[in-house]
Amino acid sequence: MPDAAPIVSPGKSDKGPPTPRDRLLPGALRLDGLTLQVAGKTLVDIEKLLLEPRSVTVVMGPNGAGKSLFLRLVHGLIPPTSGWVSWGEVACGEATRSTQAMVFQKPVLLRRSVAANIDFVLRHRAGTRAERRSRCEELLARVGLAGQAEQPARLLSGGEQQRLALARALATRPKVLLLDEPTASLDPASVQMIEQIVLAASAEETKVIFVTHDVGQARRLADDVAFLHHGQLIEHRPAAEFFTSPASEAANAYLAGRIVL
Amino acid sequence: MQDFAGAFGLAFGLIASGDPDLFEIVGLSMRVSLTALLLSCLIGFPIGALLVVRKFFGRGIVIALVNSMMGFPPVVIGLLVYLALSRAGPLGWLGLLYSPTAMIIAQTLLIAPIVAALSRQVLEALQAEYDEQFRSLGVSRGSAMLALIIDGRYGLVTVALAGFGRAVAEVGAVIIVGGNIEHLTRVMTTAIALETSKGDLGMALALGIILMSIAVSVNLGASALRAVAERQAYA
Repeated sequence: MPDAAPIVSPGKSDKGPPTPRDRLLPGALRLDGLTLQVAGKTLVDIEKLLLEPRSVTVVMGPNGAGKSLFLRLVHGLIPPTSGWVSWGEVACGEATRSTQAMVFQKPVLLRRSVAANIDFVLRHRAGTRAERRSRCEELLARVGLAGQAEQPARLLSGGEQQRLALARALATRPKVLLLDEPTASLDPASVQMIEQIVLAASAEETKVIFVTHDVGQARRLADDVAFLHHGQLIEHRPAAEFFTSPASEAANAYLAGRIVL
Repeated sequence: MQDFAGAFGLAFGLIASGDPDLFEIVGLSMRVSLTALLLSCLIGFPIGALLVVRKFFGRGIVIALVNSMMGFPPVVIGLLVYLALSRAGPLGWLGLLYSPTAMIIAQTLLIAPIVAALSRQVLEALQAEYDEQFRSLGVSRGSAMLALIIDGRYGLVTVALAGFGRAVAEVGAVIIVGGNIEHLTRVMTTAIALETSKGDLGMALALGIILMSIAVSVNLGASALRAVAERQAYA
């Protein structure tokens, strides 16, 4: 591993200044020359990006900027056309994916009860039935679904479904939590609950990458912001700097609520 | 020639009186077709799930092949099973020709491709929804197949019922390998064919009425199940 890693913002969650050793943690993302081309069109083209292993990184940008593709690329769900993605010391792949969890914009729930959705993930891990049960109860309580364990998961409201998806993502105690606009079109109470759970997970040393459209949400969550536009990384800076004085014209326009072409 | 109303009268008489010959035939039909259905589901569901989960080279050809086997003529399957089981055939030593087991084999060969092809279609839609999430969770292929079959259960019941309907109503294959032997291999369809040609329309019609009622109640059952599934948003 090259060790001349430029250090990124410490962030507002105040977990102490980053040390060179941090670059080896499983939440430290490194991208080099990452591109994705589909049918001759370049959809993602990021020269270089380093993310701190413990911060909440918010990925912003207008529709079609490549935010979702970016998340899938770093999770290893789609292979890049060229370039290199690694987490800590490990190249992105099945090994890194197993230490991560992703929450999709539209929650994908099994056609089973709420509890069975959690247990589906827990079952692959070690643990007795009783342990799984208590872990399941703990997770459901954490997302405010304690009383609904036996309900069919697909009869929950949109906000409840997404909270269940988040509980399931946290069930495996991931080192990295990837969220693709998880609160788009949810009720405010669910949005607040999801934001609090995400911040709590971050406080427990989980790296969070949160894609959002919502500038207010980005301000509430971000330690650092990566702004994408036309598949390119326009800027990546500490949240405080990004929101007060964005360097690029595109980010400036986006924050001001103007349409960014 | 018996008149039409007379035939109906005879038929209802046979059903109402619980005619032992009639119900022996119905019982054998159900036993053969339900066993064939069970075997076909055990074979067809995993094949359907496998075709959905694994994107191997030549998958398109295999799917086309399975789909085309859905339209395989029952008499040809009967002929092939006959050749295999006849005394000179490779499996002749088993002595299965003209037995209910031979009929079960023929019906299984007939409907397993149907179950496989239809369950692939049912599970394909589910897979499209689950695939990314499963890959994110690192779910193994085997677990993914099992999860698809469990979560697609309501759709798969409909598939099984389609297979059952085809098996129980089929005549060509079972008459070749079963031989329509009274008290041994005579089932509803072969009996209807025989009794009609003999002119015993009462018996034929009685069997026909029972066969139709089975088909209708199977479909009603499927619709009821579908309604339950939709209410729970599991469909």
